[in-house]
Amino acid sequence: MADLNKLAKMLQELDDMMVACMKCGMCQAVCPVFAETMREADVTRGKIALLENLAHEMINDAEGVQERLNRCLLCGSCAANCPSGVKIMDIFLHGRTIVNTYMGLSPVKKAILRGMVGNPKLFNLLLDVGSKFQGLFTSQANELLGSSCSKMLSPIIGDRHFSPLAKKSLHSKYGTIDTPAGKSGLRVLFFPGCVADKMYTGAGEACLKVFRHHGVGVWMPSAQACCGIPALSAGDRVAYDKMVKFNVNIFGDGNYDYIVAPCGSCISTIHELWPQFSGEYSAEEKAKIEKIAAKAMDINQFVVDVLGVKPTEAPKGGTKVTFHDSCHLKKSLKVSEQPRDLIRMNPKYELVEMSEADRCCGCGGTFNLYHYDLSKKIGERKRKNIVDSQAKVLSTGCPACMMQITDMLSQNNDSVAVKHSIEIYAETL
Amino acid sequence: MLSESLIKEFKAIVGEENVFSSEADRQSYSYDSAVLEPVAPALVVRPTNSEQLGKVVALCNENNSPITVRGAGTNLSGGTIPDKRDGIVVLTNAMNKIIEINEEDLYAVVQPGVVTAQFAAEVAKRGLFYPPDPGSQAVSTIGGNVAENAGGLRGLKYGVTKDYVMGLDFFDVRGELVKTGSRTVKCVTGYNLAGLMVASEGTLGVFNEIILKLTPPPAASKAMMAVFDDVNKASAAVAGIIAAHVVPCTLEFIDQACMRYIEDYTKAGLPVDAAAILLIEVDGHPAQVEDEAATVVKVLEKIGASRIQVAKDAAEKLKLWEARRNALPSLARARPTTVLEDATVPRSQIPAMVAAINNIAKKHNVQIGTFGHAGDGNLHPTIMCDKRDTKEFHRVEEAVDEIFDAALSLKGTLSGEHGIGMAKSKWMEKETSRATIEYSLNMKKAIDPKNILNPGKIIAGR
Repeated sequence: MADLNKLAKMLQELDDMMVACMKCGMCQAVCPVFAETMREADVTRGKIALLENLAHEMINDAEGVQERLNRCLLCGSCAANCPSGVKIMDIFLHGRTIVNTYMGLSPVKKAILRGMVGNPKLFNLLLDVGSKFQGLFTSQANELLGSSCSKMLSPIIGDRHFSPLAKKSLHSKYGTIDTPAGKSGLRVLFFPGCVADKMYTGAGEACLKVFRHHGVGVWMPSAQACCGIPALSAGDRVAYDKMVKFNVNIFGDGNYDYIVAPCGSCISTIHELWPQFSGEYSAEEKAKIEKIAAKAMDINQFVVDVLGVKPTEAPKGGTKVTFHDSCHLKKSLKVSEQPRDLIRMNPKYELVEMSEADRCCGCGGTFNLYHYDLSKKIGERKRKNIVDSQAKVLSTGCPACMMQITDMLSQNNDSVAVKHSIEIYAETL
Repeated sequence: MLSESLIKEFKAIVGEENVFSSEADRQSYSYDSAVLEPVAPALVVRPTNSEQLGKVVALCNENNSPITVRGAGTNLSGGTIPDKRDGIVVLTNAMNKIIEINEEDLYAVVQPGVVTAQFAAEVAKRGLFYPPDPGSQAVSTIGGNVAENAGGLRGLKYGVTKDYVMGLDFFDVRGELVKTGSRTVKCVTGYNLAGLMVASEGTLGVFNEIILKLTPPPAASKAMMAVFDDVNKASAAVAGIIAAHVVPCTLEFIDQACMRYIEDYTKAGLPVDAAAILLIEVDGHPAQVEDEAATVVKVLEKIGASRIQVAKDAAEKLKLWEARRNALPSLARARPTTVLEDATVPRSQIPAMVAAINNIAKKHNVQIGTFGHAGDGNLHPTIMCDKRDTKEFHRVEEAVDEIFDAALSLKGTLSGEHGIGMAKSKWMEKETSRATIEYSLNMKKAIDPKNILNPGKIIAGR
């Protein structure tokens, strides 16, 4: 059993941030998890109260607090809506690191995060091999969505409908890409992110097409590690540091104007969390991270704000498409108009808004793995909003949301296709 | 500690999944929004229908277990903090059905756990209007609103929660259903027990269903902002507007200290040198709105407002209201702890009250910003501090005591809309009388002989 006094002392460092919570309870209005369970320990106010009690040794059941702390999508809806501006994401990420380091990570999480994702070469190899054999175990579930399900793999993946791994990941297809700046005079470090590299390669290909079209030079080192967010969310600093340092070593010396990814989660991690969690790194690493972080930009924002792509009108009469605001993109990076602008660039589509477009889809990265039932309930609300919008295409700026929404739509056999916003723009080029 | 067998009995009533007994779960129901010491309940029970609710109440009574009913837990006076003697929290949030919205007879019937803003939105979808709009409406429940007689920004013209409760049925302490009021506008059948239940803070019965009055919504509205170099002028403007027979739907006040905190946070270019601003909105038939807005402007000019800004469209109106919307967020960000008070005075006494608050802040060396509902004299002096600094927090407590003293000396009241709860019960007698307390205690004793319905709230005298 953990030594609570020591754990409490470690948590004290969060006290200044936690005391700012005035317990007004406004987080109940926006928390997707609370909306399903209606339990106070599932909403931010409750979690902060429990962490405070742990920090002040007022609770004995540290495991109970750990479990509740992990039942959170980290979607940031509460932080965006908090009247007293509590730094909720900081509290939760640091809190998880402290508590999970102290209490220990579950063996499954350890195996996945440290053994697999934390080893970029092994991770890539496993999934490359996996992509060749996946057809043996899976069957197609929804033609339009291209999703599959698997009875044979159900002990691991449950009854999820998942998009298959790409036949060839971006990195294995292209290896390293290294082209000079073209007519735009710009060169980007392209960071596809795990999901766009291995599953939704269409989003990655679309980015490359857009770069080519606009004369943007690309550097895509074939060896890239995960941005680290799954490990940090799990409170696994060991794996997180490994991934970040792996990337920093490669990216640190390159020559580029921006780091661009088709994934709001990767960009917000590089832009916000890398500097914030670099306290214990060397001065040299810190300096590199500062430089890298300042250059991180979401693909939608890059195309609209930097390349200056702007629609002149909102096309009508085309295929109806509705846009889902992923949490990191809208709530962390404040990017929400740019992807809509990109969709409006394509005259074959008509953008229609669904209700609650910026409500979390319930994926929450690894939250989906550990709390699938809850994740599914939250996703069902998103699915209903999508279907009610009458759109035939769901677009979003985040491959992880694409995964979750594909699963929800496929399980209900809805005929709605899922596309990244950059794919819709790239179709016009 | 509750016995295992009693916990089993609760599980038999509401189902295993609706009984929370773990330490972590219990501790997450130990507080509300008031700055008070938390008390963890011995058990948390969540009934999902009326039958279960009645049985839970009866079982608590049989076992002398104190009940604290909890909606969203946004209470600002400690009304939802459970009792120290193995208290049981009864959650209403699984009883959140809107049972009926009657568009012909203009009423609705709801369960207590319905969220206020969600209810108001449902009503609005049908082209009707439920006016009470407490600051916590996005999460607060109707049951909690009725138990606290919640107010809001529209109090002056539209009244508060009590003005919309047509009737309700509630469980007495034995778990028997009591019915009062009706779906009719007029009803004089028996005692007005519904009136008694409003603001009873869970001490007299447990709500089951509530009948609420609805009204047609106003067709138009117009908002404006007036800036004053003297608080007395702002107050004279409030009096002048009412004297001109205009009743604005909202008439909000922000003092200089509060405005400076808002400006610090928003950098919106607010008039930080002004002594006070008023935000005024009139609503109703479009022609009437035009007339009333013109009258208000005339009054403001006559009183000598240093600036008057009338919103031309919805976007401008939204912008005007931004300062008010940011009042609490700005104050809450200034320091770690936010103590939000609601001392209320007759509206003519606002300048005296604001002066008193500023003197108290100076005397006790505490930071206070004041905003509030000028039309009904309901001010929110908000004290910013750090409760971890015991010396500072002691000064805050002294300041709060003096704020109450000041409100009472100006013939005001302890609480306009936040309730008495635990925070203000020691002041009850000072505002009322010994006989009032005794009368209340006698009534409570007759209704709840074992004193298990939210004990320690309002009348803590036993």
